[in-house]
Amino acid sequence: MNDARLLVRLLGVSMRSQLQYRASMVMQSVGHLLVTGIEFLGVWALFARFGQLDGWTLAEVAVFYGVVNVSFALADAGGRGFDQVAARIKQGDFDRLLLRPRSTALQVAGLELTLKRIGRLSQGLAGLIWGLSALGVGWGPGRVALLAWIVVGATSMFYGLMVVQATIAFWTTESLELMNVLTYGGVETAQYPMSVYRRWFRRVFTYVVPLACVCYLPVLALIERPDPLGAPLWAQRVAPAAGLVFLAGALALWRGGVRRYTSTGS
Amino acid sequence: MRGYVAIAQARARVLLQYRAAAVAGFGTQAFWGMIRIMIFEAFYRSAMADGAPMRFEEVVSYVWLGQATLMTLPWNLDREMADEVRTGKVVYGLLRPVDLYGQWFARAFALRSAPMVIRALPMFAFAMVLLPLVGLEAWALEAPTLEGLAMWLVALGVAILLSSALTTLWSVALMWTVSGDGVTHLAPALVTLMSGMVIPLPLLPDGVRAVVVWLPFAGLVDLPVRLFSGHLTAAEAAPMLAAQLVWWVLLVALGRALLGRGVRRLVVQGG
Amino acid sequence: MAQIEVEQLVKTYAVSERRPGLWGAVQGLVRRRQRRVKALDGVSFEIGRGELVAYIGPNGAGKSTTVKVLSGILVPDGGRCVVEGRVPWEERIAHVAQIGVVFGQRTQLWWDLPVVDSFELLRDIYRVEPPRWRRNLDELVALLDLEPLLDVPVRQLSLGQRMRCDLAAALLHGPSLLFLDEPTIGLDAVSKLAVRAFIQRLNRERQVTVILTTHDMDDIEALCDRVMVIARGQILCDGSLEALRTRFGHQRRLTLELADPHAPLVPEPGTALLGREGARVSLAFDPAEVTAAELIGRLGARYAVRDLWVEELPIEEVVARLYDEEAAA
Repeated sequence: MNDARLLVRLLGVSMRSQLQYRASMVMQSVGHLLVTGIEFLGVWALFARFGQLDGWTLAEVAVFYGVVNVSFALADAGGRGFDQVAARIKQGDFDRLLLRPRSTALQVAGLELTLKRIGRLSQGLAGLIWGLSALGVGWGPGRVALLAWIVVGATSMFYGLMVVQATIAFWTTESLELMNVLTYGGVETAQYPMSVYRRWFRRVFTYVVPLACVCYLPVLALIERPDPLGAPLWAQRVAPAAGLVFLAGALALWRGGVRRYTSTGS
Repeated sequence: MRGYVAIAQARARVLLQYRAAAVAGFGTQAFWGMIRIMIFEAFYRSAMADGAPMRFEEVVSYVWLGQATLMTLPWNLDREMADEVRTGKVVYGLLRPVDLYGQWFARAFALRSAPMVIRALPMFAFAMVLLPLVGLEAWALEAPTLEGLAMWLVALGVAILLSSALTTLWSVALMWTVSGDGVTHLAPALVTLMSGMVIPLPLLPDGVRAVVVWLPFAGLVDLPVRLFSGHLTAAEAAPMLAAQLVWWVLLVALGRALLGRGVRRLVVQGG
Repeated sequence: MAQIEVEQLVKTYAVSERRPGLWGAVQGLVRRRQRRVKALDGVSFEIGRGELVAYIGPNGAGKSTTVKVLSGILVPDGGRCVVEGRVPWEERIAHVAQIGVVFGQRTQLWWDLPVVDSFELLRDIYRVEPPRWRRNLDELVALLDLEPLLDVPVRQLSLGQRMRCDLAAALLHGPSLLFLDEPTIGLDAVSKLAVRAFIQRLNRERQVTVILTTHDMDDIEALCDRVMVIARGQILCDGSLEALRTRFGHQRRLTLELADPHAPLVPEPGTALLGREGARVSLAFDPAEVTAAELIGRLGARYAVRDLWVEELPIEEVVARLYDEEAAA
C-alpha cells in the first residue's frame, strides 16, 4: 500500500476508535464550538464599542478570523499525532514506530485525526462566509480557488508548526508548552490584520513563522483591499506558498530529529 | 480547621513541584498578554475610544493582572480529584474525621492559590519592571495606590474563595456524568467570557455589562483588577464584593447539597 | 556466515542530571550537567540461523541497548554489527521489514480495535502480499488458538490473550529473526506454557531465529540451548546452560528445615549461605570439596534438623551468583 493510501487508512482507523466514545466526542465538539464562539463574541463586542479597528471593519476581521480558524482546525485535527510524540518518547513507545518499515513522519501523521476540532472548523467557516457575504465580494471560481489556496498554505504552516514542536521533543521533552506561543499565539495574532501590530512583532510572524504570508497577505487579495503596508498584489497571491516551504523545512528538521534520536537513544 | 489546612498544604506542595510547566506557562502568558494589548491598542486608536468606559492604561492592567492570576480561574479540575471521583475512590474521604465537602474545598483551594503565586510574581516583574526597561512603557502595568493594592488583595481573596467553590462544584458534577467531559469543556467557555478574561467587562455592551457584573464570575477577575487599577473605588466596590460573598455562600451550600446526594447515591449503589 | 555478527560494540549514553531547587530548574533550561554511562563496552558475539538464544543480565546491564542496536533503531558509537548482511541502522526500513519484535510490557496492537483490524493494518504497513498474509495468519491463528479472539477489541483481552495476539502481530510479515523482550512477564502459568510451546515450535519448524531477554529462568530452561549473560556492558558468559552451571563446578543446593526457626547460624566451611526464611536455610556447596554425606553429618550434629534435601543449584542461583561475582569484581 502506498504512503498516501496508508495515511488515509490509518486516519480512518483513528476516527473509528473515536466513534466508540461518541457521547464524549459530541461534548468535546460542542465545548470547542462554544469556546471559539465566545472568542468571536468578544471580537464583536469590541467592534460594538469602538466601531472599527484601525480602519478595518468587523466583516473584514471576520474573514481573517475565519481563514485562520478553518486552517488551524484542519491542521490541528490532522496533526494531533505529532502532539503525542513527546509522551511516546518519554514512555519509550516511539521505538515501535522505528521498528516498522515505514517513514516515521508518515506513521506519526497517521496516529490521530481528531473529530472534535469540527467545532472550531464550523465556527471559522461561519465567520468566513458571513464576512465575505457582508463585504459583497462575490463567489467567482477565481475567488474560491484563491480561498482554497490560502487554506492549503495556512494549514500547511500550522501543520509544520506541530511538526517542529514534536521535533523539539527529540532534544527535550520539557517546557514544550512554550511552542504554544507560536501555535495558539499565532492563531490569536492572525485573527486580526497584521497591520495593527507593532513592527518587531510583525517581523516575528513574517520571517520566523510565515503567518503574515499565509493569512494576512492573501486574504487582502481575497477581499480586494490594498495592503496598508504596501505589499503588491502578485506577492499577496504567491504568499501562501511560504506555508508549503515552511512545512517542507519542518519535515527536514523532523528527519534530523529522528537521526539524533537513534544516535543518542534517549 | 487544622485538618483542612493540612489537606490544602499537602496538595499545594505537590502542585508547586511543576516548575518547568510554570516557566513555560509564564512565557506563553507574557506573549499572550502582549498580543492582547496590541489589539486593544489598535482599537483605542479609533475615534470612539474617547467615550470608552475605561482608559487604555486600565485595559493594560486588566490584561496583565488577568494573566498574573490566571491560575485562580476555575476552568479546570484537579486531575487527582477528577480521577478519584471517576474511580469511586472518593468514598475513602468519608473515612477521615473531617467533613467531606471541607476536604474537597481545601484541595480546590490549594489548586487555585499555590500555582498562582509562582506565576504571579514573575508576571508582575515582567509587566512592571521589564517592559519599561525595554522601552514599552505604554504597555507597562501601572503601580497601584495603597488603597488600590489593599482592596485588590481583599478582592483576590474573595476571588480564590469563589473559584474554589466553583471548582468543587465542577468536581461534584462529575459524580453525575460518565466522563466529566461536559464540565471540563463547557466550564472554561463560560468562565472566560463572564469573568472578563476575553474582554474587560466594562467594554461589553452596556446592557450585558449591567447583568454580568452581578454574576458570580465577575468576582474572579473583573472586581480585583478594577480595584487594583483604581477604575473602581473601595466605596463603589463594597456592594459588589458583598454580592460576590453572597454568591460564595450560595455556591458552597449548593455544592454541599449536591455532594450529599452524590455520596448517598454512591453508597447505595455500592459505587 | 552467521545471521548476526556483532563485534566490539560500544555505546555510551549521556545522562543529564537535574540540579535541585528552583534555580537548578532554571539553570537546567540552559545548560545541564551530564554524566556518561557506558551501556555497551565491547560486546561481541555471533548468532547463527535458527538458534534460540537467551540474553540475560541485571537491569541496566545493556540488554535493551544491544537489542535496539540489532533492530536498527539505535546507532552505536563504535564496533561492527551485521544482520543478514546488512548494517541495521544504515538500512533501517529494509532491515525492520525482516525482523519481528515483541515487548512483553507493551502491545503494538490498536487498543480500541478488534484484533483482526490490527492484523490488517500491519499487513498494509509491512506491505505484505494479501495471499501470503492470509496464509501466515491462518497458520498463526491455528498455532496460537486465536480464532475466538479475532473480533474482540484489544482493550478487552486478558494479558495472556494479548501476548498471544502480539506474537502473531510480530510474525505476520514472516520475519526470519524475532526479538522477544520478557514475553512471559505477568502471565499466568497456563499462558506461560502456551507462549513457550509456541516459541519452541516457531523456532524448530520455521527456523526463525529467536533472541529472548527475560528475567524468568524457567523460560530459559524450557527454551534455550544457549545463554548469553551481560553485565555492565560486557558479555560475562556465552554458552549452553550446562556450561553456565559448570562455571560453578556443579554446585548443589542443600536446604535444611530447622526445628528452631531462630537458631543462630554458624558459617560452615566449604558452603555459601544462599538464604534463610525462618526455619528454612539454603546453602550452596561443591561436592568435589565436601561430600553431601559429610556435610549433612556435620550439620546434623550442630542443629536440630527436621528435614533436608539436596538438589542441583537452580539456574536463578547460578545467575544471581554470577551477577554478585561481577558486582564484587
